[in-house]
Amino acid sequence: MGRFEFYGPGLPAVEAGELKGKLVVVEGTDGVGRSTHVGLLKEWLEGKGHAVLGTGMTRSALAGKGLKAAKEGHTLGGITMSLFYATDFADRLENEMIPALRAGFVVLTDRYIYSLMARATVRGADPEWVKGVYEFALKPDIVIYLRATVDELMTRVVQTSGFNYWESGMDLRLGEDMFDSFLAYQGRLMAVFDTMAGDYGFRVVETAANIQNVSDEIKTLLEPLLIPV
Amino acid sequence: MQKRTDTQGRSTLLSNTREGTAWVAVPRFLAKMKVYGKHRFPGRLFVVEGIDGSGKSTQLALLEKWLESEGYGTFFSEWNSSALVRDVTRRGKKKRMLTPMTFSLIHATDFADRTEQHIIPPLKAGALVLADRYIYTAFARDVARGVNHGWVRNLYRFAVKPTIAFYFRISVDDAMKRIVGGRDAINYYEAGMDRQLSDDIEESFRLFQGAVIDEYERMVDEFGLVVIDASRSIEEQQVQMRAIVTKALTGARKNRIRRWVDLNSTARASRP
Repeated sequence: MGRFEFYGPGLPAVEAGELKGKLVVVEGTDGVGRSTHVGLLKEWLEGKGHAVLGTGMTRSALAGKGLKAAKEGHTLGGITMSLFYATDFADRLENEMIPALRAGFVVLTDRYIYSLMARATVRGADPEWVKGVYEFALKPDIVIYLRATVDELMTRVVQTSGFNYWESGMDLRLGEDMFDSFLAYQGRLMAVFDTMAGDYGFRVVETAANIQNVSDEIKTLLEPLLIPV
Repeated sequence: MQKRTDTQGRSTLLSNTREGTAWVAVPRFLAKMKVYGKHRFPGRLFVVEGIDGSGKSTQLALLEKWLESEGYGTFFSEWNSSALVRDVTRRGKKKRMLTPMTFSLIHATDFADRTEQHIIPPLKAGALVLADRYIYTAFARDVARGVNHGWVRNLYRFAVKPTIAFYFRISVDDAMKRIVGGRDAINYYEAGMDRQLSDDIEESFRLFQGAVIDEYERMVDEFGLVVIDASRSIEEQQVQMRAIVTKALTGARKNRIRRWVDLNSTARASRP
């Protein structure tokens, strides 16, 4: 098909051109409703007769346990953490996503390299370096970027899971408590996401509307990509 | 006051988010990362490189003894020794789960942890850091495994540039003879068995390490590696090393730093 390509030099021994399927990415910060929309999309796609591999930032077989253990300690530096995530992502790209694409699946992923790049960048990594590191990744068919304001996010987080240490960027000491830190951290993440939106051609979907309307908007964006069944 | 700054920072970010305009300038909180050649520390960093069996570790140990006896505080750091990452690497190797890309990335993660925890702090304290293998090991091995040359160099851009990097030049045949334990001691990945160059481990070692040597040779000029002829006697090599190191010690602090010495013994105890 020759349709897929890598951002840069790519992966040794993987021919992007022999991959079929579709790579659909849903991105956005914490609490924006990504998992809800990924769930709805999966159901819709399968209903239409597409084989779907749903994946996300669940940990890889290789680095998952190690990453969890490392985050529980207190010595994980910014660059080390960024590279640990890159390793974890590479393992899932090579062992989950690429085989599914080869088999013609729609790979629907809850987050992709952009979240990892944003996290690394707000932790002080040089944006050009981060961009270079992730040049082994495949370019997706579409990136749906779910966006909300920090105020909307905060309301959702308070009403659902509550604040957590990493989602509040507590390691960066941006505020006195998780609330202050969450605002500052998510604000920074969004600023980076907004930069990437232009660079990587994200399709921006505002999430202020009700879930059904947002979901319909996403489906309208996906429709033209799909092979008619 | 702190609160005020936070609120200010936040409102700026929010207005940018709402407008949705692409940021041209890099926001002020970004890009704290120092890159290769840009670090400025009072300490010194001496590195040894070369394939297994080149004798580099023996030479580094002798150099360490001498520096200690001269009254310098030294800290030893070894490839593949991060406590945070080691279990993942070990498991990946044991179960042979590593592809050239994950092999490259997990070693970079290990090296990043060592840089952040064990190389930069002692250098800041004015210690002499002695590293057994450094980024050039990754450049040589990963490229020999088919990883892109430019990509892997960018991957390690956060590394501190060594004061001196010694490269112990040896032929594959001579290195093979020196590997203690012979054939059975050859490691699967070190022999490049994952590359399926040959079913015979010795033959595979020869082919893969030959490619690694080619990469090292290319790096001599690229990174200014100081070549040591590893076929000469141990004593001759050590004399040469000490002469070169001496020149780089002008102005280095002579205080022994107890803490690094203690950490040192812990690091030595845990070989990969």
